[in-house]
Amino acid sequence: MLISIRNLRKIYRMGQVEVRALDGVDLEVEAGEYLAIMGPSGSGKSTLMNLIGCLDTPTSGEYILNDQRVSDLDDGELASIRNHEIGFVFQTFNLLARATALANVELPLIYARVPARERHRRAREVLERVGLGDRVKHQPNELSGGQQGRVAVARALVNKPSILLADEPTGNLDSKTSAEIMELFDELNAAGNTLIVVTHEEDIAAHARRVVRMLDGKVVADERTSPAKAAP
Amino acid sequence: MIWDNLLIALQAIRANKMRSLLTMLGIIIGVAAVIAVVSIVQGLDHVISTQFEGVGVTYIMVFPRQDLQDPDLAGREVTLTYEDGLAIMERATGLRYFNPIFVRGEVTRSGSRRHASMLLGVGPFHQEVSNHWVDRGRFFSDLDMQRSARVCMVGQEVIDELEIEEPILGTDLIVGSSAFTIVGIMEYQGEMLGQNQDDFVLIPITTARGIYGIEAFKQLRLDFQAESPETVQMAKDQIKEILRVRHRIPEGVKNDFQVLLQEELLETTGAILGTITSVVAGIVSIALLVGGIGIMNIMLVSVTERTREIGVRKAVGARKSDILIQFLIEAVTISLVGGLIGVLVGWGLGILGANAIPGFPPAFVPLWAIALAFGFAALVGVFFGTYPAAKAAALDPIEALRHE
Ligand SMILES: Nc1ncnc2c1ncn2[C@@H]1O[C@H](COP(=O)(O)OP(=O)(O)OP(=O)(O)O)[C@@H](O)[C@H]1O
Ligand SMILES: [Mg+2]
Repeated sequence: MLISIRNLRKIYRMGQVEVRALDGVDLEVEAGEYLAIMGPSGSGKSTLMNLIGCLDTPTSGEYILNDQRVSDLDDGELASIRNHEIGFVFQTFNLLARATALANVELPLIYARVPARERHRRAREVLERVGLGDRVKHQPNELSGGQQGRVAVARALVNKPSILLADEPTGNLDSKTSAEIMELFDELNAAGNTLIVVTHEEDIAAHARRVVRMLDGKVVADERTSPAKAAP
Repeated sequence: MIWDNLLIALQAIRANKMRSLLTMLGIIIGVAAVIAVVSIVQGLDHVISTQFEGVGVTYIMVFPRQDLQDPDLAGREVTLTYEDGLAIMERATGLRYFNPIFVRGEVTRSGSRRHASMLLGVGPFHQEVSNHWVDRGRFFSDLDMQRSARVCMVGQEVIDELEIEEPILGTDLIVGSSAFTIVGIMEYQGEMLGQNQDDFVLIPITTARGIYGIEAFKQLRLDFQAESPETVQMAKDQIKEILRVRHRIPEGVKNDFQVLLQEELLETTGAILGTITSVVAGIVSIALLVGGIGIMNIMLVSVTERTREIGVRKAVGARKSDILIQFLIEAVTISLVGGLIGVLVGWGLGILGANAIPGFPPAFVPLWAIALAFGFAALVGVFFGTYPAAKAAALDPIEALRHE
C-alpha cells in the first residue's frame, strides 16, 4: 500500500470556535491509482492534500506513506519525502516569478543535490515531455496559464516522485487548457504514475479511475469508475 | 549547493538593485572610511619609515629638551654643546661617528634673487651620520674645517629657487650677510610630509661658529652613528650618563636633553599613526554596526516578502538548513559586495586626499587592510543575517505557502 490513512483529524481552533477541517478520514491508495477528490468548498479537500503532501501535520490520526509513519519523521526526513516521494501541483502553481521555466523545474533537483549538468539535462527533458521544449528560458509572466500549469507539472515530476498531487490544477484555466493538462495526467497515469487530483468539476473527475467524495471533513463516498477514454 | 545559493543571492540582489545598494550604504561608508584613512596613514608611515630607515639602525640623535611645563627644567639654562659631543666621543664606547648640527633659518641670495632656506653648520662626518651624500662636487675638507673656510654645499631646491646657472660649482652664494663658495651639491631627497627636503645650505660647523658666535652655539643637535646595532643601546645609556654628569643634573631630576634611536623615532611616529588608526576604527565600527542593522532590516523585509518563495522551496524539498544558508549567503553577499565597493571608494578617496594635500605621500593600501575590511564585512553579514535567515528557515511550509 502506497498511502494508508487512518482516522486522520485536522482541527483548527479559532478562539472559542473549533473548525474540524478533517474529521476522521480513512483512505488507502495503491501505487498506480488515479484518484479524484471531490466535494463542496470547505469540505477539507485541500487540507487532506496538504497532509498527504507532508506540508502540514495532522492534529491526530495515522498517516503511513511507503511504510513510513509520517508523524515519526523529523524536519529533514519530511523535506526528503517532499523532495523524492511527492510531486505537488498547486492550484495557483506557485512558480518562482523571477526564475525561468528551466530554473523552476530544476528546483527539486537542487535540493536533491543533483549536479548542475545533470539537473539541466533532466529539467529540459521533463519540460520537453510536457511540450515546453521551446519555452525553457521563459519566465512565468511570459507564459500562458496552461503553459504555467505544465511547468508546475514538470516541476512536480522532475524528481520522479511516487505520487503526483494536484490541488485543483485546472481551477484557473479555460476548458481548452484544462483539457491539455488532463491529457498530460492521463498519459502520466498510463505510464504508471500515481495521481491524486482535487477538483470541483465532474468532467475532470471523469478522467480518474476512482472518485472520493468529501463533506464536512469526512469521506462520504469512495467509488471506482471506469477509466476515462483518452481524449480524441 | 553553496554555488547555487550564491547564484540565488546574486539574483535577488540584482532584482532589487536600488534597495540592495541602499542596504549596502552603511557597509560601503564604513569600509570606505577605514580604507581611505588607512591608505593615507600607511602612506605616511611608509614614507616616514623609509626616511628614518635611511639613517640606519645605528643612528642616535641627541637634542636639548626644553619643557617649560617641567618644574625640574624651568629654572635651568638648557645647553647642548659641541664640547658635550666631543666628551661623549671620548668617553663612550661603541660610537663611530659624531656630527654636531647647528640649525638656523637664513635668507640666501644669488644675483637679484632671494630665498629663505635652512642653514646647517655640520661636522666633517655629516655624510656618514645622516647617510646623505654629496652628488656633485665635494664635501668640505678637514682644511676647510680648520680654517673656517667660507665654502658650502647646497640642496637642489636652493639652486632652483635662486636660479643659479651652470657652472654651479664655484659660484658665490650669500647666506645671511656672509658670502660662500658653492663646492658641492647634495643628493636629491624629494619631499616628506609636504616639506621640501632639499632646501638647505651646509657649511662647516667651525665657520658657523665664527659667524654666529659662541652664544648661538649653546644649543646644538648632536648626531652619532654607533659601531654596530649591538652597541646602540649601550651607547645610548653611556651618552645619558656622560651628559648628566657634565650638566650636573642631580639624582631624581629629569634630563635636559633627549636621546632618540632610529627605532624609537619609528616607534614614536608609529604610535601617533596608530592612535589615528584606532580612533578611525572606533568610528568605523559604529558605521559597520549601523550598516549591519540595515542589512538585518532589509533581510527581514526580504524574508517577509519572499515567504511564499520559501514555502515553495520547502514544498519541493528544501531543508531548514538550505533556507538558512540561502539567506545567510544573501546577507553575506550584500555585505561583501558593499565591502568591495567600500574598498574601491575608500581607495579612490585616499588617492584623492593624498593628492589634494601638496607634497603628501601617495596613498598606500596594505593587503591586511583589504582583508580586514572584507573580513569585517563578512562578519557583519553573518552576524546580522543570522536572525532573518533563522526566521526564514523556521517557517512552516504550509503557513509560508498560504502567506499573501
Ligand atoms: N489555516 C486555517 N485556519 C483555520 N481554518 C482553516 C485553515 N485552513 C482551512 N481551514 C478551514 O478548514 C476547512 C477546510 O478547508 P479546506 O481548504 O481543506 O477546504 P477545501 O475543501 O479545499 O475547499 P475549496 O474547495 O474551497 O478549496 C474550511 O472550513 C476552512 O475554513
Ligand atoms: Mg481547496
